[in-house]
Amino acid sequence: MARVCVAGAGVIGSLFAAHLARVADVSALTRREEHAAALREQGLRVTGRADFTASLDAATDPEALPDPELVIVACKGTDLDSLALRLEGHWPDALVMTVQNGIGADGVVARHGDWRILTAVTFMSGTRHDDTHVQYVLDTATWIGPGRGTTVADAEWAAELLRSAGLKAEAFPDLRPAQWSKLIFNATVNTVAALTGLPHDPHFAALGRPDDLGHLVKGLMDEGKAVAAAAGVELGEDPWEMNVLATQRGSAHYPSMLEDVAAHRRTEIDMITGALVREARRVGVPVPLHETMERLIKAKEDSWQA
Amino acid sequence: MAGVGSPEPRMTVAVIGCGAVGSLFAANLATLDDVAVWAYDLAREHVDAINRDGLRLTGAGEVTGRVRATTDAAELPPCDFGIVATKAMHTDGAVAATAHAFADGCVATVQNGIGNEEVLARHVERVIRGTTFPAGKIVAPGVVQWDVKGDTTLGPFEGRPAPFDQVERLADACSRGGMPTKAVQDARGPQWRKVIFNAATNPLGALTGLTHGRVCEQPALRRLASQLVDEGKAVADAQGIVLDADPEELIDYAARPEVAYDHKASMLQDVEARRQTEVDFLNGGIAGFGRRLGVPTPTHETIHALVKGVEASW
Repeated sequence: MARVCVAGAGVIGSLFAAHLARVADVSALTRREEHAAALREQGLRVTGRADFTASLDAATDPEALPDPELVIVACKGTDLDSLALRLEGHWPDALVMTVQNGIGADGVVARHGDWRILTAVTFMSGTRHDDTHVQYVLDTATWIGPGRGTTVADAEWAAELLRSAGLKAEAFPDLRPAQWSKLIFNATVNTVAALTGLPHDPHFAALGRPDDLGHLVKGLMDEGKAVAAAAGVELGEDPWEMNVLATQRGSAHYPSMLEDVAAHRRTEIDMITGALVREARRVGVPVPLHETMERLIKAKEDSWQA
Repeated sequence: MAGVGSPEPRMTVAVIGCGAVGSLFAANLATLDDVAVWAYDLAREHVDAINRDGLRLTGAGEVTGRVRATTDAAELPPCDFGIVATKAMHTDGAVAATAHAFADGCVATVQNGIGNEEVLARHVERVIRGTTFPAGKIVAPGVVQWDVKGDTTLGPFEGRPAPFDQVERLADACSRGGMPTKAVQDARGPQWRKVIFNAATNPLGALTGLTHGRVCEQPALRRLASQLVDEGKAVADAQGIVLDADPEELIDYAARPEVAYDHKASMLQDVEARRQTEVDFLNGGIAGFGRRLGVPTPTHETIHALVKGVEASW
C-alpha cells in the first residue's frame, strides 16, 4: 500500500485523508496535539456525499510518522509557510503536493526543502464539524500537474491514487490553465461572498438590473482573464461559466473566505486576490476592481483586530 | 400660537418623516410664533410623545417645540410647505400619502442622496431641492439628540421648480428658527458635495465595519474613498454642477477626533441592524447619473452591487 501523509487536517485535508485511508497507509500531521490524539483514537468520520469512518495515524511531529511517498500539503494558504517550515529536513524522497487556493503555493513549499513537487487545485468542498468529523459537500475534482522535479507521469500516479480512493482526480501536463481558472474564480467569488455575506448563490449570476451582482462578478472575472492572457496563460474552464454552473447546483456553497470573515479569522486574500494583483502589475494590466476588493477585505480584517 | 401683530402672515409647515433630521426642522420651526408645524410619521410612540410632551431636542441645542404630530396623512391641513426628511427609500410612499396637503404649497427635500426631487415631482407641483448637514439621533420617543449643527441650502428643483420667493420664505423661517438656511438659484453644488461625501465614506464603513476615522486612517481605504470622490466629481462636472467645496476636505475634517472619528456611518448602523440602506440613492444615484451621462463609475457600481448583496444576504 502507498504511504501518504496529509499535512494540515482541516476540511480539505480531512477529506483527502479519510478517503485515502481506505486504500493507503495514511497519516495526518496536525498542529494541535489533541487533534492528533482524537484522530488516532476515534478515526475520521465523513458524512454527506459519503458516509464512513477511516482509521489513520496522526501526530504533530513529522518524526513520529512513517516516511510517506506522497505528502499532501492541505493547510490554508495563511498557514502554509509555517507548515512547510515544520517539514524542513524531513522525508527528502517524498513527492510533495500542494492544493492551496490561489497561485504560488508550490513556490512557498520549495523554499523549505528539495522535495519533488506536484501542484494541484481541488474543487472539493466540505464543512468541518469537529476534529474528527467532516461533511463532504461538493465531490468535484482535484486537478494535478507537474511541478519542480516531476513529470505528468508523477501527476498521473497521484491522480490514480485519489481515484482509487473514490475521489475525482485528473492529471494535466500543465496545470496553469486550470489553476488560473480557479484563481480567477476564487478571487471573484470568495471576495464577493466575504464582503456581502452571501453564499455562492444565484445572485452571483444575476444580470437583470444594472446593480445586480453578476455585473461585478463578470467585471472581476474579465479583469482576471485579461491578466491571464497577458501572462500567456490559456485558461482551462471559463470562470464565468464555472460561476453560472455552480450557482445552479441548488445547495449554495459557503466559500472559505466567507467562513473566515464570519469567524473573524485572517483570510487567504494575499494568496488569492493578492497573487492576481501582483501578477497583474508584473504584466502591466490594470485590475482596479480586484484592488478595490483586496482593500475592502484587508480593512474588514482590521476591523476585528481592534 | 401666533399672537396679535405677528410680523408675517402665518405659515403652515408639515415635516414628512420626523426622524432625527425631520425633528431638528420641526422643533426649531415650532419655536416661531408665525409658523404652525405638523409632523407626519409612522412611529406611533414617537407621535404620541410629541403630542403629549412636545418635541424635545438636546445636545447641540436645547429646544422644545409644540408640534402637532400624526400617523394619519388625512389629518394634515393644507400646508404652505412640506419638508421631506424620510429615509430616501420611503419617499415615494410618504409623499404619495401626503401630497393632498401641498396642492397649493411647495415641498422641499432635505434627504440624503440624489434622485429624491424626481420622486417628489411625481406627486407635487412645486419642488425645492435641499441639502442639510445637521445630524442627530432619536434617543427616546419625542426626544432627539442633536449631534451636529450645520447649514442647509434650498433651491428650486429644475424639473418642477417652486417659485424662488417661496424658497426664500422657507429658508428665512428655518434660519429664524435656528437652522441656518440659504436660498440659492442652483442648489446642486452643496447637494453633490454631500452625496459624494456620503457615497465615498458610508459604504466603506458599512462593508468593513470600521468607523469613519478608521476608514480614513488606512491609506489603501482612504485612496478608495478618493477614487469614489473622483468618479463622483466627474459625474457632477458632466452636468455643469460646480461643487461648493471639495468633498475631500469634508472627509478629512470629519475624521478628526473631535468631529466624527468614532462615528459609525448611518449605513454601517443600518447594516448592523439589518435595515435597508440608502445605497440606491448614494452610490446607486451617482452610478445611475453616470450611465445616463456616459461617465464611467466602476467603483460606485462595485460598491453599490456589494451593499445590495449585503442586503440580499439577510
